[in-house]
Amino acid sequence: MKKILLFSILPFYSFAQSTSECLDCHNDVDLTMIKNDQSVSLFVDESKYNSSIHGDLDCIECHIDFDQDDIPHKSGQNISWVECSDCHDVQTFSESIHGVKNVKCFDCHTKHQISESSLLTKNGPDFCITCHKQTEIINYKKSIHYNIYIDGNNELSCLGCHGESSHEVKSGKLSQNDLYKLCGNCHTEIVDNYKRSLHGKALSMGKYLAPNCLTCHSAHLIRTSSDTKSKTYKMNIPQLCGDCHKDGTKVSELKNIDQKHVLENYSLSIHGDGLFKRGLIVTAVCTDCHDSHNILPHQDQSSSINRKNIAGTCSKCHAQIEAVHVKVIQGELWEKEPHKIPACIDCHQPHVVRRVVYEDKYTDNFCMTCHIDEKLHKIEKGNRVSLFVDYTKFKESAHTENSCIKCHTNISVSNNPVCLDSGPVDCSACHAEQVSDYEISYHGKLYAENNNVAPYCTDCHEKHMTKYKSDPKSRTFRKNIPSLCADCHREGQGAAERYKGSQHDIIKSYNMSIHGKGLIESGLTVTAICIDCHTSHSELPAADPLSSINSKNIPVTCSKCHFGIYEQFEMSVHSPSITKTEKRLPTCYDCHKSHSIERVERGDFRQGIIDQCGTCHVELTETYFETLHGKVSRLGEVTAAKCYDCHGSHNIHRTDDPSSTLSRQNVVETCKKCHPNSNKKFVGYLTHATHHDPDKYPYLHYTFWAMTALLIGTFTFFGVHTLLWFPRALREKHKMKKKSTNDFKPESGRKNDNNNEEIK
Amino acid sequence: MGNSEDKLKMNEGKHYQRFVPFLRFNHLLIVVSFLALAVTGMIIKFADVGIFQFLADLLGGYQVTGFIHRVGAIITFLYFALHISYLFKKRKEKSAKYLFTGENSMMFNKRDIKEFVATIKWFVGKGPRPNYGRWTYWEKFDYFAVFWGVAVIGFSGLILWFPEFFTYIGFPGWFINIATIIHSDEALLAVGFIFTVHFFNTHFRPDKFPIDTTIFTGSLSIEELKEDRPRQYKILIESGELDERLVDPPPQWLVKASKIFGFSALFIGLTIIIMIIYSMIFLYR
Repeated sequence: MKKILLFSILPFYSFAQSTSECLDCHNDVDLTMIKNDQSVSLFVDESKYNSSIHGDLDCIECHIDFDQDDIPHKSGQNISWVECSDCHDVQTFSESIHGVKNVKCFDCHTKHQISESSLLTKNGPDFCITCHKQTEIINYKKSIHYNIYIDGNNELSCLGCHGESSHEVKSGKLSQNDLYKLCGNCHTEIVDNYKRSLHGKALSMGKYLAPNCLTCHSAHLIRTSSDTKSKTYKMNIPQLCGDCHKDGTKVSELKNIDQKHVLENYSLSIHGDGLFKRGLIVTAVCTDCHDSHNILPHQDQSSSINRKNIAGTCSKCHAQIEAVHVKVIQGELWEKEPHKIPACIDCHQPHVVRRVVYEDKYTDNFCMTCHIDEKLHKIEKGNRVSLFVDYTKFKESAHTENSCIKCHTNISVSNNPVCLDSGPVDCSACHAEQVSDYEISYHGKLYAENNNVAPYCTDCHEKHMTKYKSDPKSRTFRKNIPSLCADCHREGQGAAERYKGSQHDIIKSYNMSIHGKGLIESGLTVTAICIDCHTSHSELPAADPLSSINSKNIPVTCSKCHFGIYEQFEMSVHSPSITKTEKRLPTCYDCHKSHSIERVERGDFRQGIIDQCGTCHVELTETYFETLHGKVSRLGEVTAAKCYDCHGSHNIHRTDDPSSTLSRQNVVETCKKCHPNSNKKFVGYLTHATHHDPDKYPYLHYTFWAMTALLIGTFTFFGVHTLLWFPRALREKHKMKKKSTNDFKPESGRKNDNNNEEIK
Repeated sequence: MGNSEDKLKMNEGKHYQRFVPFLRFNHLLIVVSFLALAVTGMIIKFADVGIFQFLADLLGGYQVTGFIHRVGAIITFLYFALHISYLFKKRKEKSAKYLFTGENSMMFNKRDIKEFVATIKWFVGKGPRPNYGRWTYWEKFDYFAVFWGVAVIGFSGLILWFPEFFTYIGFPGWFINIATIIHSDEALLAVGFIFTVHFFNTHFRPDKFPIDTTIFTGSLSIEELKEDRPRQYKILIESGELDERLVDPPPQWLVKASKIFGFSALFIGLTIIIMIIYSMIFLYR
């Protein structure tokens, strides 16, 4: 409407004064006027004007309402302003910050040299800073955004952030939503993360201390984090975060942040030390653990510093930590069963991460101020439990390098004393594998059931005097193990009383056994002790299929030492891999016993083996005893051939197997062990012959019965003969006595004193 | 007959020598070796019976009893060889008739059958006591039992002693098993027979009870000879041989020693037989 008005008025003024007339005066370079005590040039460069986009217009088309004859031209007191809005619709401009702040059109567009607006935009930020000369804004030209703008991305010019268009520039103070929108335009993910973060949430709750994008990245001097000058450059991060999180700031006084002296502690930590003292940018800074944007409280399940996730966070840098931290985490335990093992921060406190942990805070001296007292005790379940710690002895223990609280982790500052009710030490913090074994073991199961005789770690390893198993003074030194186990397993002791199985007097038997004698008499530590068969931590009853002493597993257990024997046994007829049967096959301890194991050369063993084999091979054993070998063995002859002297002990094969000691090829040699002149016919001796089997052994059978017939015949004949003779002879004798008393006088008897008494 | 009556009177107090010293010595060897073999052999035969195991321990274990058994075997082969040579010597001195068919022969003949029948009749009260000669049929059986026994047990014993040798020269391996059965059962027969039948027939029968020491002292009184072996006495008188065989009664010490030795042997034998019977009835399959 204004334009229509303009053109309708034009004819009235067109005649009044031409542009050339105006320039008659105004092309004088020195034409000035005084305005507000300042000299203002009134010069108009004709050529420039003509080349401007308004070049076709006459002066008076813009400069209206003035007295052309009056010099200076005045309409009223002053020449009136050129109203660009008469022709240009600039309503949005008046609402913009420039409009509000009364920036005139010509401030940007100039007065008489108005060029295409694209030329202005082309200059972009360079143009804006002609007015916005504050360092902060000029620094924009050093920013990453400016670089990208130069590369042709207009979105990152001033207008990209400050307004939709040149005339709609908004206030510099952007609202939170504007900021999200602006930054999120490109940094979508980061902004999303930020919104979820502790900082973002605080911000949305209107907490004025909460930082937004600009707090860290600044508004105009945005640099990449790889730029050493950037506030977000790794080196500078602690300082950046420290701006808020150092002591004395309002943020640090917030109650819900329980970490104190964060920055100070950090700078003393190995991470801070690396950064500040050694200039390592590979060290961890705040954002490495807390993340840059997705900063979450540690209680949050998805927080990078949540207990569950801390391992993953730390292993970003300490990628190979599992390989070198084996004692604690053992392979994949960390990820799979994080509850089983301590999180990194349990040992390496956050912000004070040092190789030697804790000691700064709760030193042993601190603990010993109380625990040095020999009378210190607590009452537990009505029992007096001493809390005295012999620190000198502790210092001689295997844990001498550890501070008290490395094991007694469950201390709390909210308790007084801090160790109150800290509970038993969980050894799995460092000895995860052993403890998990223990938990599966029968000891562990019973302990979990609160069985009062079940041992806990400290029962075998002691509490503060824990020693290496290689230390001869240690209770777990190999030589001391049997007596350690005996403490509970000796007859009359707790475990032996509880046990209802068939093994008795195990300690006594062990001490008498070859293994026990090896240890006690020969002093051999390589002999088998309790834990070699039962394992140290995962001992289970033999009935348990997982037990090392289960009948299925015992050959492997024994093979730890007796491997050569194991190899033979595995190939023998008694091995389950060779003989497939429903019946129970014999295993090591069937012949060798478990605790009363003997030297095989000993008579008891050699004699006993026959009964051992006989439990399954009943008939063969019976027939064995009918032969000379068996009969002589019965009389206690130790050297007489026993089952295994012929059949082999561990390398037993079917006799039709060529590898059998009794195969056609080997039998002569086998017999030669005792019968040096053994020959092919000699080995035809029937070692398990019986005369009771007419089909298998007809010769023996009929020979036996022929002999028996002879015996019975003879004895019957002479038995009857004698039985008939005896009464007759008695009668005869009686008769003779009578006769002799009648016939002989006493005196004649004297002469016969050399005769047989019968006659008397 | 009057003549003989006179002779009897004349020879009153004299003894008839039934066994020459050589035979007595041989029997001594038999007794000693037989007892040793019986004791040590039964220990093996009844090896799974407690009392025999105890006996083995008492003697010093299997090694010792095995040694004793072999020593016994050697003595047996010795007396067997001595006896065979004695027979050959006799054959040189005497006729084949004397050795094989005559009154002094050990061989069975028709009269033995007659005597056996007559003996059975006497036992059951159907006739008088037969007029036994120098060797009764049971004594001949005793003789051949030992003769046969030594051969059989001795040979099977040698096989068991040297199984490698016997299989080397061609015996099959199972023959060792056969030898075991024969040796064992024949031994049981021998031991059983000697310690019961021979003991009764010779020592425990009421007219000799408790012991007849003739085999050790070598002689018996004329009265006893007349009583026990009327036919031999008669023949001796008739042929006049009696005078040649008359000796002084054995000295007191020999009688005493004979009794001690004899009773010991009887005691050992009886003990073993009791142990065998006990084992067979109660323990042995």
